Amino acid sequence: MTTIYSAKKIITMNPTRPTVSHVAVRDGRIVGAGSLTELAGFGDYTLDERFTDKVLMPGLVEGHCHTVEGKWWRYVYCGFHDRMDPHGKVWSGLASIDQVIERLMEQEVTLVDPAEPLTGWAIDPIYYSDRKITRQQLDRVSTTRPIGIMHASGHIMSVNSKALEMADYLRTGIEHEGVPLGDDGLPTGELKGPDVMRPVGQKAGFSDNMLEFDEPGLIDFARLCVRAGVTTATDLAAELSEATVDMGIRVTDADNFPVRIMSLRFHHGVTPNELIEHVKILREQSTDRFRLGKIKVVADGSIQGFSARMNWPGYFNGAPNGLWYIAPEQMLAIYEMALEFDIQVHTHTNGDEATDLVLETLEAALKKHPTNHHRFTIQHGQLINGAQYRRLAKLNMCVNHFANHHFYWGDEHYNLTVGPERAERMNACRTALDNGVPLAIHSDAPITPLSPLFTAWCAVNRITSSGRVQGEHEKITVDEALYAITLGAAYTLDLDREIGSIEAGKHADFAVLEDDPTAVAADKLKDVSVWGTVQAGRVFSASDI
Amino acid sequence: MSAALPVTIIGGYLGSGKTTLINHLLRHANGVRLAVLINDFGELPIDAELIEGQEGNVISLSGGCICCSYGDDLSYALQQLLEQESLPDHIFIEASGVALPGAIGKSLSLLRAFKLEGIVVLADATSIETSSTAKYIGDTIARQLSDADLIVLNKLDLLSNLQLEAVRGWMEAHYTHSPWVDSVFSTIDPEVLFEMKRDINLHASASASASAVQCIKSDTTATSHHHEVASLFKSIRLDINKAIDADTLAAQLADKRCGLVRAKGFVLHADKSLKTIQVVGRRWSVTDAPDGVSTGLVCIATDGNLSEARVRAFCGLDKLGPA
Repeated sequence: MTTIYSAKKIITMNPTRPTVSHVAVRDGRIVGAGSLTELAGFGDYTLDERFTDKVLMPGLVEGHCHTVEGKWWRYVYCGFHDRMDPHGKVWSGLASIDQVIERLMEQEVTLVDPAEPLTGWAIDPIYYSDRKITRQQLDRVSTTRPIGIMHASGHIMSVNSKALEMADYLRTGIEHEGVPLGDDGLPTGELKGPDVMRPVGQKAGFSDNMLEFDEPGLIDFARLCVRAGVTTATDLAAELSEATVDMGIRVTDADNFPVRIMSLRFHHGVTPNELIEHVKILREQSTDRFRLGKIKVVADGSIQGFSARMNWPGYFNGAPNGLWYIAPEQMLAIYEMALEFDIQVHTHTNGDEATDLVLETLEAALKKHPTNHHRFTIQHGQLINGAQYRRLAKLNMCVNHFANHHFYWGDEHYNLTVGPERAERMNACRTALDNGVPLAIHSDAPITPLSPLFTAWCAVNRITSSGRVQGEHEKITVDEALYAITLGAAYTLDLDREIGSIEAGKHADFAVLEDDPTAVAADKLKDVSVWGTVQAGRVFSASDI
Repeated sequence: MSAALPVTIIGGYLGSGKTTLINHLLRHANGVRLAVLINDFGELPIDAELIEGQEGNVISLSGGCICCSYGDDLSYALQQLLEQESLPDHIFIEASGVALPGAIGKSLSLLRAFKLEGIVVLADATSIETSSTAKYIGDTIARQLSDADLIVLNKLDLLSNLQLEAVRGWMEAHYTHSPWVDSVFSTIDPEVLFEMKRDINLHASASASASAVQCIKSDTTATSHHHEVASLFKSIRLDINKAIDADTLAAQLADKRCGLVRAKGFVLHADKSLKTIQVVGRRWSVTDAPDGVSTGLVCIATDGNLSEARVRAFCGLDKLGPA
């Protein structure tokens, strides 16, 4: 039976008919988009008018996030900006360290077991006057239970004295750049880098595998998707053990699971051969709502962690060059085998030297296994320059830029990491499009909030959190940004045949909006409210998810 | 709290021979319970005949050794080792080809259950000159070598005499901080890297070391006719029958100019307490000696001409006078 939905406006991303009034759906797929009269030609139908005052868009596609955000919401939210949790509660942003302490105290009294750790996330002390949070401040919350708070960047953790003591860090004589010491010779409570954070994080309630989703976390993540209008989301770096895959398939297969998850196998911990063999097996296990069979390679570190690999002249503050997370030979081996077996690879780069390596390596691999349908994608690629975009275009590569970074850390990049000139061309969406490079934009949730409309706003306005426009020239239009969060992102996932636009034959995936994002002022794009989604013809309202 | 477990980090770029060295050490464990942490199991890096069983990320090997893959969470793998039924005698961490072994050492310093004994970095002698200045990866390889307490200059059998001379000259010019040993098929005296099973009494150790060297000789003879380019290891016993400043002595033994690659033993410190001295390449430590040991140091050199007298002279021990 066909259902025809009427809407105030349907933005299709199909250039033949960019906006329509009705869309017909059968068996979870789109029969057609047009006027009611046109669609009636398909035969019997039920007219569903619940969206008559709403605006429909293709279901939004988040091309770079981590489902683990669902799990992190079980920790206390300590961010500077307001953020909505999976159940729709908006946690107000915390304007000072005192407010952070206050929130932690509120949560602390709810814990019954005196030994239970108090775990928080998303704190960002760069917004606070002294830019640091110390163990003594967290000791005000408790001196008897371990407390750990992951910073928004994911690269730093702040802990109290008890957590340090439990991990045997509360002593003099520690010499490690990741463990700053106070005047008393003891750690200040700030821990930088995964190797330093892990032993303490485990005591402070963080699970062993920070990136691996669990069942309740996956369900909560799906709730966040509905609230953000997202119908397809990636889980961009997973180990994908057999147990995790079984669980992922089972959980997403539930009738009321509202989102399609695409989980990419992370390159770490296995050789290129093992990686390819694992992904070949995963590919066969793929279901409609749990897509498998792609690879995530991480080439370098992060810019704000000074671990990204930079070309000359390097970091603005003179920090030494960053780290490689893969050897060039291993990258080449992965790329060659992936091309041979039609496996798509997404590669994280942040620094421009890392991007050069990816370009050079793919060029070499393509000589061995020529194809123009590989859609290898650079993820983040925050410092890609003009020459590199031209080479990306020539190699048929795609890019998925971290547009949200401008807002959250743009001022840091301007003042500290790369300096004004390069900060203004970070995540250069305009230059990407001008060179014909297929573009997506992302949140990297949980690092920044999952909300493609907010991400689109970032790419359109390029406003930093201090309110400056950073890189006027690299702004893109609202239409381009909306394309990037639908068909653009679908293209980078090689799913544009199935999703990304509202046209005959595709999955009936819609974002249901209260306002028209093409009619509001460009600087209000982030304020367009989301009613919910339709995913494969199933209606999910944010209000009762 | 029990004594910290000794850890040696094995670094070096892809293809420098790390896995071969680990296999060599496991083959010559001689009853010492080694735990080897490797980045990934890869294409069977461990000799099949050594493997007794596998459970998850832990492979058990003959003679009580184990091998674990740590993926990207080394601290968790180390934690797992502490939870094993019986603790290993010595731990080797194989760094990934792009890791900086010094950074791993720094992280290890945060975990008091472990004590870093040394960072050994392998260098492929056939390519080190070009790879350490290569595009993209050159600075990583150079940093790995700078992190080394002891460098293993490997694959020397693949070089002509002229090339051999050139690479040695290049090493002299570029890596003055740490000693290196010459090697073929990653073969070095295991005693350089871990303590042989023996009585705490040092007399037994000299013979254990000698037999280890013997087995290396037979290995290299079997696998290569170029064994003459690999280092031959010489043990020197040093008896100091007078109280000395243990820190000063340890630093001297770790000085490249002294000519040693390894020293281990017990001395009477200036304050009349017994101290353990531990030297791997340029890294040294002085700790309180366990009960029931007597003084004496075993030193290992790769220079066949190095004598006890020369070591004593370098360390100024002759000036001490008779005990």
